[in-house]
Amino acid sequence: MNDMTRTLGRGGTAMCIGGTAFWIVVLVLAPHVMMIDFSLRPSLILSDAGGPRDHWQLTNYANLIFDPLGGQIFAKTIWASIMVTAVTLAICYPLAFYLAQIVPRHRLRLLMLLLIVPFWINEILRTFAWQILLAQKGPINTLLLDLQLIADPIRFTRGNAGVLIGMTYAYILFMVFPIYSAMETLDRSQIEASRDLGARWWSVHRYIIVPHAKPGIASGCIVTFMLAAGSFAVPQILGGVDSLWFTQLIYNRFNVGDWNAGAAYAVALEALCLVFVLAMMRLFRVGLRDIAR
Amino acid sequence: MTPSDRPLRLLLAVYLVLFLAYLFLPLGFMSVAAFNEFRFPAVTPWRGFTLKWFVALAEDPLLWDALATSILIGVAVVLVSLPLGLAGALTLTRLRLRARSGLYAMLVSPVLIPGIVIGISTIMLWDRAFGLKGNWYIATFAQASFISAYAMLLFLARLQRLDPQLEEAALDLGATPRQTFFRITLPFLMPAILAAAALGFMQSFENYNTTLFSIGIDQTLTIYIASKVRTALTPAVNALAVIMIALTVIGTVVFEITQRRKAARVALAARRRRAADAAELDRTGAAPAPR
Repeated sequence: MNDMTRTLGRGGTAMCIGGTAFWIVVLVLAPHVMMIDFSLRPSLILSDAGGPRDHWQLTNYANLIFDPLGGQIFAKTIWASIMVTAVTLAICYPLAFYLAQIVPRHRLRLLMLLLIVPFWINEILRTFAWQILLAQKGPINTLLLDLQLIADPIRFTRGNAGVLIGMTYAYILFMVFPIYSAMETLDRSQIEASRDLGARWWSVHRYIIVPHAKPGIASGCIVTFMLAAGSFAVPQILGGVDSLWFTQLIYNRFNVGDWNAGAAYAVALEALCLVFVLAMMRLFRVGLRDIAR
Repeated sequence: MTPSDRPLRLLLAVYLVLFLAYLFLPLGFMSVAAFNEFRFPAVTPWRGFTLKWFVALAEDPLLWDALATSILIGVAVVLVSLPLGLAGALTLTRLRLRARSGLYAMLVSPVLIPGIVIGISTIMLWDRAFGLKGNWYIATFAQASFISAYAMLLFLARLQRLDPQLEEAALDLGATPRQTFFRITLPFLMPAILAAAALGFMQSFENYNTTLFSIGIDQTLTIYIASKVRTALTPAVNALAVIMIALTVIGTVVFEITQRRKAARVALAARRRRAADAAELDRTGAAPAPR
C-alpha cells in the first residue's frame, strides 16, 4: 500500500484500485454470478417468476446430461476440439522451430508479415473462403474429380469434416505464434552443443527444445482448444444440420427463449475450458503467468 | 547446423512454402470470386470479369450502418479498456498484496473464457439488473472485460522495464505523484498504450461471438458479414473480403515501413555519435567523456 500511495498519490491509488474493482466486479464477477443464478432456476412463464416454484435446482444441468442429443453433442465438441488442437500442434511445431531457429534473420521479418496478414483477417471471412473451396462444385471437388481420385463430389458440409477443416484453418496461427516466441528465446548454442556431443536430432527436441518451449506449447494448446470449443461461426458456416456444435445448442436455447437452459449450457462450456486449462498447466507444469503473455 | 542437417532444412523450407500456400490460397480463391459475373460466390463457372459486386456492396445501406456501429464500439472499447488495463497493471505491480496471484488470475481469466460465455453472462447481468435488452454499449462492456486484460498484459510487460529509480528521483526532487505519473510513467508507457489501443480496436472490430450475444438486434460489420454469408449470399461479400484483405495488407506494410524507418533512425543516430566521438578523439587525443 505504501509503495502505491507514494508513487501514485492517494487519488491515483484510489483510481487504480477503483478501476480494478469495477473491472472485476461489474465486468467479470457479477455477470458470472447472474449466469449461474439463471442456470440454477427453472424456465418459468412470467407470472410464475419469483413464485414458489422459482427456486434453485439442478434441472437444467440434469437435462443437459440426460438429454441424449445434448450429451452427445457436448462429447463430440470435446473430442473434436482436442482433435483440432492436436492437428494444429502437429502442423505448427516444425514450422515454429524452423522460423525460430533456422530461418536467417533478414528473411524472418518478411515471413512474419506473411503470417500476420491472414491472422488479422476476419474469422468469418476466412471460414467463408473454405465454404467456397469445399462447395460441391468448388475447386477441391473439381480437382479430385479431374484426378479421378473420387467418383462423386464429397459433401463436406454433411457431417463434421468441413467444420474440422475450417477450424484448423481458422485457429492455426494462434498455435504458431506462442510456440514461435517460446522457441525464439532458446540459445542456438545449446542446440549446437548437444549436437556436438553426439545427440540425435530427436533427442535434441526431446530434451532441449520441447522443455524450453513448454509454456508456448501449453499456451497455444489452451487458446486453440478454447477457440475451437467456443467456436460459433465455423460450425454455423461450414456445418450442416447433422453436425451441430455445442455453441449452436446454446444459441438454440436462447432462440426459443429458454435463457435458463442456455445459461446452464454456457456454464458447462466454461467449466470444460477451465478443466482443460488446469489440465494443461498440470501436464506441462507451467503457471498462469507463463501462459498469459 | 551440421552438413548432415541440410536435407532436413530443405524439407522444412518446402514445408514452410506449402504452409504459406495453405494460408493464402483460400483467400485468393475468395478474392477472385469477387470479380466473377456468376451470381453466387464461386470461381467456377467463370462467367466473365465484373466490378458490379463492389457497386452492389457500396449501395447496401446496412453495410454503412454496420461499419459505423463497429467503429463506435471499437472506439468505446478502447476508451474503457485502456484505463481499466492500466489500473489493473498498476495495482498488480504496486499494491503489496498477499493475494496478488489470485488477483492476477482473476484479471487474466476473461482471456481464457470462450467469447460466447462472456457475451451471455454480460447480457444476463444487464437484463436482470437494469431490464435492458442488448445494445452497443452492453456489447462494449462485454468486449472490454477481456480486451482490458490484453491491454493489462501489454502494460505489465512495459512496466517491468521501467526503472523505479526514475520515479524515485522525481519524487525526491519534489515532484508530486501526479507530476511524476504524467511526466515519467505515462510517457514511458506510451508505446504500450498505442499498441494496446491498436490491438484493442482491431480485436473489437473483428469480434463475433461476444458481440453477437450482447448487442441485441444491432449489427456490427462482422455480424453483417456473418449474416450475409449465411443468408443473402452474393459475391458482394467477396468484394468486401477483397477490400478488407487489401486494408490489412496496406496496414501491415505501413506498420512495417514505420518500424524500419524508426530502426534506421536509431542506427543512424548511433553511427553519428560514434563518428563524433572518433573526431573528438582525433582532435584532443583523449577519449571522450562517457555520455
